[in-house]
Amino acid sequence: MLTVDNLIVRYGAVSAVRDLSLKVGRGELVALLGPNGAGKSSTINALTGLVTPASGRIVLDGQDISRVRTEDRIRAGLTSTPEGRHIFANLTVGENLRLGAATRRDPKGVRQDIERFLALFPVLSERYGQAAGTLSGGEQQMLAIARSLMSRPKLLLLDEPSLGLAPKIVVQIFDFIGELKAEGLTLLVVEQNAKQALRFADRVYVVSAGTLRHSGPPAGLADEHGLFNLYIGG
Amino acid sequence: MDYALQQLLNALAFGAEYSLVALGLAVVFSIMGLVNFAHGEIIGVSAYSVFLAAALGLTSPIVAVLLAVAAAALAAIAFERVAFRPVRYAPTTTGLLTAFGVSIVVQNLFMLLISPKPQSVSILNGLNQMWFFGPFAVSSLQVMELVVSGLTILALVLFLNRSTLGLAIRAASRDFATVRLMGIRANRVIATAFAISGALAGIAAVFIIARRGSVSPDLGFSLVLKAFVACVIGGFGSLPGAAAGGMLLGFIEVGLLVALPQEYGGFKDALTYVIIVALLVYRPEGLLGQRVELGDKEI
Repeated sequence: MLTVDNLIVRYGAVSAVRDLSLKVGRGELVALLGPNGAGKSSTINALTGLVTPASGRIVLDGQDISRVRTEDRIRAGLTSTPEGRHIFANLTVGENLRLGAATRRDPKGVRQDIERFLALFPVLSERYGQAAGTLSGGEQQMLAIARSLMSRPKLLLLDEPSLGLAPKIVVQIFDFIGELKAEGLTLLVVEQNAKQALRFADRVYVVSAGTLRHSGPPAGLADEHGLFNLYIGG
Repeated sequence: MDYALQQLLNALAFGAEYSLVALGLAVVFSIMGLVNFAHGEIIGVSAYSVFLAAALGLTSPIVAVLLAVAAAALAAIAFERVAFRPVRYAPTTTGLLTAFGVSIVVQNLFMLLISPKPQSVSILNGLNQMWFFGPFAVSSLQVMELVVSGLTILALVLFLNRSTLGLAIRAASRDFATVRLMGIRANRVIATAFAISGALAGIAAVFIIARRGSVSPDLGFSLVLKAFVACVIGGFGSLPGAAAGGMLLGFIEVGLLVALPQEYGGFKDALTYVIIVALLVYRPEGLLGQRVELGDKEI
């Protein structure tokens, strides 16, 4: 589904991502773990095109999208729920969901999808006409994910879905991510919270200081020491 | 009574015109952070289009009105495409200087290609008559200004709240990167905002031509300065703020004209600005301005 070869992202003289390669297969949930500042978000932003990489190749479904604009990558079936949620705080919950479906031309299907998410997250239904900025952090995260799903993506990139949320809410969010995987969606989840991310992951990449430290099945990483050593490059 | 009513209508009409032009500035500023000082030249292009069409034999006022609005919208889109798009990601001051550049170039084109002197345009004079309601005589132009501005603002509100592009413009005013993550083309959002801004300027141009009966190269410039002030009063970037600020500016100006003794009439502008400064000391963010939320982390 997604192949990234030798991705390099630089901000001026600072290298955020150094020669990163990874693969996400159809129907897989792949976790990209690493400490703060490891280059995880830079990788995601390079994948969506919000950041232009210095070099590297990004292939989605056999199509090289390295030079494709952000808007057209979304139209090609890749969607991202950005770090910090970035819901449109001045728009209502309903308007946020409608904008998520901006690329679609089937009003009926859009309405059905909105109803589906409202049934799934009753709190969004209660707050449908309210400004999304009035939602709690966990509710905003649910709205942000639902908004991303409104475009019916083939591949969903989730950047730190647990950021700033209470542990109980984080478990709920990851339960939902597990359901999405069970429905057949392909996901790349970027996380600092390794424990939650490893619950449903098929494969794991660990990055630190912009470099890939480890890739493989999640089993070997369950040991916290192993992950800690990878983080600090031991 | 007649006098009070007349002054009230004056204030409302002035305010409506300031509101239209201020909304045009605000809609572009809210999503791009660009103070488009070339907005006055969009009014200019609109007015000179009507002048040229009339000179070439156009006689229908309705066609002239449509032409004014269409020319302004196209001019705004063209300014964006040619001048502002290349500097879109440059620092704010670059955009500001570019806008001044466009303004100077276009004003000089009017002078070189047409004339530095005001040119008479009579095609829209029919809009400016006296209407009699019982004992009251009112200017038809002022009534139309008020009604048309009201309807235009209503249409704008509906567009921004109902259509996907309208929602995208509102969302982009806070977080453009995430709007692009919805698959909505940045160029389309910005072009639409400029087209709206231009159309509002075109409507203002119709009233200016009808009132003055002439066009001149600096036609829109002073009006844009007033609209800029209206935006500052309302809170820069806030659309309701721009409309309210424009209306308030109209009332302050007319109120001072009424209140000041004739021999002090020259102090009108100075006192207007004193009141505005006092207002800003009390509310630095403007009447309806608010701090922009940046979220947890910028992308």
